[in-house]
Amino acid sequence: MAALFSDHLYEAAAMLLFGVGFTTLLLNRNLLKKIIGLNVMDTAVYLFLASMGYIEGRFPPILREGVTDASAYVNPVPAGLVLTGIVVSVSVTALLLALTVRLYERFRTLNIDEIVLLARKGEK
Amino acid sequence: MAPVQNVPFVSILLCMVCALLCAVLPGKAARFLARAVPGLICLGNLALTFAFRDLEPFHYPMGHFPAPWGNELRAGPLEAVCSAALALTAFLSLNAGMRKVRQQIPERKQNLFCVVTLMTLCAVCALLYTNDLFTGYVFIEISTLSAAALIFSRQDDRSLAASLRYLVMNLTGSGLCLMGISMLYGITGQLNMESIRQSLAAAEGPPSLPLRAVMVLLTVGLSIKCGLFPFHEWLPDAYAYSTPASSALLSSVVSKGYLFLLIKFYMRCVGLEAVRASGLATALSSLAGLGLLIGSLHAIRQWDLRRMISYSSVAQISFVFLAVGLCTPEAMTAAVFHMLVHAFGKSMLFLSASGLSDVSGGRFDADSLQGAGKRHFAAGAAFTLGAVSMTGVPLLGGFLSKIYLSQAAIATSGPLSAAVLLLLALSTFLNTLYFLHAVVGIYRPGPLETPPRRATGAGYLVSLCLMMAVNLYLGTASASLYSTLLRGISLFA
Repeated sequence: MAALFSDHLYEAAAMLLFGVGFTTLLLNRNLLKKIIGLNVMDTAVYLFLASMGYIEGRFPPILREGVTDASAYVNPVPAGLVLTGIVVSVSVTALLLALTVRLYERFRTLNIDEIVLLARKGEK
Repeated sequence: MAPVQNVPFVSILLCMVCALLCAVLPGKAARFLARAVPGLICLGNLALTFAFRDLEPFHYPMGHFPAPWGNELRAGPLEAVCSAALALTAFLSLNAGMRKVRQQIPERKQNLFCVVTLMTLCAVCALLYTNDLFTGYVFIEISTLSAAALIFSRQDDRSLAASLRYLVMNLTGSGLCLMGISMLYGITGQLNMESIRQSLAAAEGPPSLPLRAVMVLLTVGLSIKCGLFPFHEWLPDAYAYSTPASSALLSSVVSKGYLFLLIKFYMRCVGLEAVRASGLATALSSLAGLGLLIGSLHAIRQWDLRRMISYSSVAQISFVFLAVGLCTPEAMTAAVFHMLVHAFGKSMLFLSASGLSDVSGGRFDADSLQGAGKRHFAAGAAFTLGAVSMTGVPLLGGFLSKIYLSQAAIATSGPLSAAVLLLLALSTFLNTLYFLHAVVGIYRPGPLETPPRRATGAGYLVSLCLMMAVNLYLGTASASLYSTLLRGISLFA
């Protein structure tokens, strides 16, 4: 078990962060904390991808003078995936924040349970 | 390359470009575009379906690099039929629901509603056609965002709260999918579905622990997004309180994209053998069986017609998962067939419920709806037909999908097949209970003074009639459709 953590430190940290973010997003009742949880969760995946893509001693995937051997560079795809993921997570966060502002203006609370209850009451 | 082979790419691109146009065009033109584009996509994909009679499935490269490096689409008969059917559902739902959209959605937001409907369709087409898992993830998120916008487009308290719950649950689902895809990339070093399959096939024996974790992550992530029991809590509010066109799109189009991606992941990435060997199939079947019963039991308890239809969706989605859990090509075909039956049936139910409520003072409870079927003949007929199809009466689609699933279950021969048959019988009984109750309710003699009737428009009536025709087609003349699906599934793996 200890070897697992020492050999795969970044992956283990990423999984831990993912768990923290996931539970916060799912279980915390405060909307802002939920959004923070979402971002922690997404960031954990980026750490996971970045740690997979990094190989010690190799160059970043930008052509250097005189070095044409592909095995001298790291794989650019994980970095591309991280960038795409960041774009997706920014747009999702923006939408959630906008929705949170709208709901706070209406109900004056950030607690999701209270919001659902108040919305239900408003109907009757 | 035949010109018709551009249809998958053009469908996705057309949706994107027209969605952008909808944001800047005047209201009337935007509404026209939002209704016309799904029709065009349906026609294009129908042409592609017929072309597949003598065409082999093909890959469509996107950009300059060939497959394992570059992105690509993959099209076969199955994808073409499904996109044609889902685009047709979207076309009919939007035509039937557009008048309601104009009544319920603030004027300055109507263009944005058109934008999100087209983006939803774009995401679903991309999920159907993509051959790359990470592209799948990106379009899962696009679909989630546009579906959330479909829910809160009405801008009242309940729809805002419903879309918040929808987003929270669905984003946890997308997070799990993203983690699963990243881990799969770590295992195989590939994102292209066929390359993943080849890379996994090199390893002998039952699936390894990391691969099992990936399968669980993707399955749980996508089933949260489809609303499989026990992750269905967000679903009833989201479907019930949005505008009827949104409800129809959400229940019939959006969830099908995720389901299709899951089937694709099982059949094209990991293989059905691995799904069965990992024990995931059994877990999925058990959850689906529970969901089938619990969704129906919840539906019986609802006083709001829209919520009843939503809970019935929970049961129907479980039906599809039950078929997926059997993990045979025949069962997968039954699952896809039921996806189409559910798409046409459920959108018709939501739209006819809105017509019935229009002649009942805008209310949805059983007392107000008394006699609504007589006050609005077309909506009453469509509701009855949809309800009867969902319960599984011969001559309608729901009956055939139950037959196909039973045949697939009997062919697997094991304790699971008996359980599936028993569950089907039980769920038919429960479906009959609540749908019969609703149908009898709308034909019961109503109050003497009828509430003022609001005009529903010609588009609504024509679309409802077409939907009824499609439902009858699915139940009576769909043998060639079924054989196309079966061929598509066999070409899939």
